[in-house]
Order: sequence, then structure tokens, then C-alpha cells
Amino acid sequence: MIGLGVEGTAHTIGIGIVENIGGTCKVLSNVIKIYHPEKGGIHPREAANHHAVHVSDVIKESIEKAKVDFSDIDLISFSKGPGLGPCLRTAATAARALSLSLEKPLMGVNHCVAHLEIGRGTIKDCKDPVLLYTSGANTQVIAFAEGRYRVFGETLDIGIGNCLDKFGRSVGMEFPSGPKIEQLAKKGKNYLELPYSIKGMDIAFSGLLTSAEQYYKKHERLEDICYSMQETTFAALTEVTERAMAHTEKHEVLLGGGVAANMRLRQMVQIMAKERDAQFFVPAKDLCIDNGAMISWLGLVMYNSGLRMDVGESQIDQRFRTDMVDVSWRD
Amino acid sequence: MTEKSILYRGAEAEIQLSTHMGFKVVKKQRVKKSYRIKNIDDRLISFRTKEEAKLMTEARQHGVSIPIIYDVDLKNGAITMEYLDGKRVKDILNGLSEKERTKLCNKIGQSIARLHNNDIIHGDITTSNMILSNDSVHFIDFGLGEKSSEIEAKGVDLHVLMEAIESTHSKYGDCFKAVLDGYKKELTDDAKPVINKIEEIVKRGRYR
Repeated sequence: MIGLGVEGTAHTIGIGIVENIGGTCKVLSNVIKIYHPEKGGIHPREAANHHAVHVSDVIKESIEKAKVDFSDIDLISFSKGPGLGPCLRTAATAARALSLSLEKPLMGVNHCVAHLEIGRGTIKDCKDPVLLYTSGANTQVIAFAEGRYRVFGETLDIGIGNCLDKFGRSVGMEFPSGPKIEQLAKKGKNYLELPYSIKGMDIAFSGLLTSAEQYYKKHERLEDICYSMQETTFAALTEVTERAMAHTEKHEVLLGGGVAANMRLRQMVQIMAKERDAQFFVPAKDLCIDNGAMISWLGLVMYNSGLRMDVGESQIDQRFRTDMVDVSWRD
Repeated sequence: MTEKSILYRGAEAEIQLSTHMGFKVVKKQRVKKSYRIKNIDDRLISFRTKEEAKLMTEARQHGVSIPIIYDVDLKNGAITMEYLDGKRVKDILNGLSEKERTKLCNKIGQSIARLHNNDIIHGDITTSNMILSNDSVHFIDFGLGEKSSEIEAKGVDLHVLMEAIESTHSKYGDCFKAVLDGYKKELTDDAKPVINKIEEIVKRGRYR
């Protein structure tokens, strides 16, 4: 079965085409186009306009790269939420149009769950992981328990990517700032003390962001600030992930989200996993960031488990929580 | 101290069984984490050990049953405390008669109120962190605790227990009501704002 997925929760419009081969996911194509604001953060309406302008080209390119015909597509999936309303509506409109014109079924999926399922679908030994999902807006520790993907820890204020981007913006870096901060952090030598805020299994970053900005105003070396930010935030993320693993008694950890591209974060989680005798997994980079292939894959998984969605019930949900999804395809 | 055996290994610490001056003791040993830099590791381990010992001592002074602390080793992140001969509330609660269960939950609520009267936030109130020994409920694991007078902190503290009861003792949902009854009785301030806060936290849909 071949599916086409439309991702459009935030700055990325993505179309991915994947095939389900005996329960594993083969990615045929995965094309994305990212909206870059001229200055400042994402403006939801402008991001949505960007998606509307580019979505048909991205669809064409994805079909070409996958070397399939529209008639080969069996299912159209889209990101139902969570995300920015205008972006979600644009992606959903594109998906409905495809579904109606191709006369193929439609499936709206949860974006956060897609990050987890793409790991299970593309990595052979990844079966029941705790997912550390770190992106711009989202920072969650997710695992399967009693019929649902439950959030065992999450940010109480801003996402880790957002924290890094906001800091980057305040010191004049371009969006996204993560990669630049990672490079600078390698040259950091002195650790500057920053707030380490964990409440139970939850985590907070806004105090740390303010402290980091103050260090910059006091002319501390930017390399040292970047180093200290990474070391502090990633240690906290690793700690809540380990807590969730201990609590759920799971022996696999999976990374997902744009920040999973950071090598220092990978290294920390990998060390933690090794010390617990757990397995460590990261999907391919284009499957970690926001992308259509994971949306397409989750749609196929849900469709195969017998779930169906009418166009009439395909409205988006900006606040679509991870634990609202009834995970009928797992036991 | 003589030979040790590990009772439990958590994400953050090991609980070792040991002896101290002839007494049977439990040693909570925080473990070094090699994923984080030494500076952060040292800071977290020593800060948390100190905070935990402080909160436990203070809680005990205010009449909440807590294991007696024999030794605190900040450098190595270890707290040596009394060994409690008892059972975890988690393991016995479901087996009690309704009357006994309500009585126990009342007691738990009263103890939480005593903590909150003194602005002690436990941080992880679950039935696994309560030990019933000599007919009194002892609170353990203040590792996530803090001092706070805020209604929010107290609400979150109780909300954690509510969730724990719902997941582990789902058939006995009335337990939490009994906890709140005990809490209301013992709290010096009006308990209403805290209880309203719990409802607000539930509505926020966060916290799992």
C-alpha cells in the first residue's frame, strides 16, 4: 500500500510518499519546503501563505521523485494537529483536494505520534521506545502505556528549539539558530551557571533563556554561553527521558524532532542509554525534522488497523494532544 | 558501615541496605551521570542531597513521619537513614476494607496538610513513596521537593497524588476524596484555593 502525506504544522510544508511493505516503512520520496521569515519568528498567516503558494510544486516534485503515478496512491494523510491554525488549514485543504480529486481515502493524524511511529516503521529493532521529541514548539517525552501514547514529561513553557532560536535571534543569528549554536558550543571552554529547571518529570526553559541573554549583555564569550546552554538544557532533557524510562520500565530510547540533529544531544542520550543497558535509536535526519513521510506512514498504519475518516470529520485541531489519540493499532 | 546490598535502583539514585553503628539503615546514594559535565553533575548531586535532607528534617519537626536521618554526605551525595520495617501504601491500599482505606487516606491527607502548612512541597507524592510502618504513614523520597508558599505548588503536589491514585488504584477513585477530607481538616489556611487549583490543573490538560 502506498500513501501520500501532507505535513503543515508550522514552518514546513512537506509531501512524503511511503510504501508499507509487510509492516515496515519504505520512503519513496520526502520533499519539504521551509518558510523563512525575513526577521523575527514565524508569522502564522505568512507561513500559511508560503505553504499555499508552494504546496502544488512540492506535491509534483514528490510524485516525480517517488517515481509513482497519482493513480498508485492508496491513501492521503495530513497533519491534523497540533500546530498553527492557518498552516494546518492550508495543509488539510491540500489533502482534502487530493483525496476528493483522486477519489482516495483521507486520514488526519497526530503530528507528535507520527514522530514516534516513523522510528518504529523505519528502524528494525525499534519496537517500544520512549521518544524524546525535541523541536521548535514541542518538547515531550512520550511512551506507549495502556492503549495510548502518553506524555511522561514535557516543557512547561517553551520548546527547546524555540529557546535556542530565541537566544540566537537576540544575538543576531539567522533562523534556525540550533546548528550555529552547536558549532559555537564546540569552542566553548568555561561553563557559565544557568538555571536547571525540572519539576517532577516536566521541564522549563524560559528562565535559562533570560539568564543566557544576560550573560551576552555582560559580554561573556558567545562560545561559552552556547556551550553552557547546550550542556544545561540537554542534561535536563536526558534526565527526564531517563526518568520516563525507569518509570515505564522500557529499554529503548528514540530521538525525534529537529533538535535531534544536534550531535551533543545524541551523544548524551546515547551515553544514558548505554549505562541503562538500553538501545538508542535516531531516524534518518530527513525523518527527524517535520516531514510528510512520517505523516504518510502513520496514516497507513492507522488505515490498516481499520480506522477511517470522512472528509466531514477532517477538521484540524490546533491543540491535538498526543494522549488524545486512541492507539488501536498497538497492544 | 559494613557490606551493602541494593534494594532498588532508580533513575537518579540507588537505595542500599546497610548498617550504621549497629542499626539497620538505608542509604540513598545519588549516582554520577557521565552524560553531563562534571560541573553540572556535582552541582545537582550536592544541591539535591542537601535539599532533600533539609526538607526531611523539617518535615519531621512538624510532626510528619519521616525516617530518621543518621548521616548526610554532600560530597558523595548520600543520605543514610533509618530502615523502616513496613509496607508500601501502593502494595496494601487495594487490599484494605473500605473503612480502613478511608481511614488511611484521611491520615495521608492530614500529613500532606502538615507539610503544606509549613510550605514543604514533596514534589512526588505517590503511594510508592509512602511506607506504612507501626501504624503510621511515613513519607520518603523528597528528591523533587522544594519550599514554596504558592497555591500553585501545593495544587501540583496534590495533583500528582491524584494521578497516581487514578492510575494505580483506579477502582478506588474515592481514595483521593478521602485524602482531601483529611487535608481540609488539618490545613491551617482555607483549603478551598488549593482544591480549586487542582481542578484548574486538570483543565489545563498538562501533566501527562
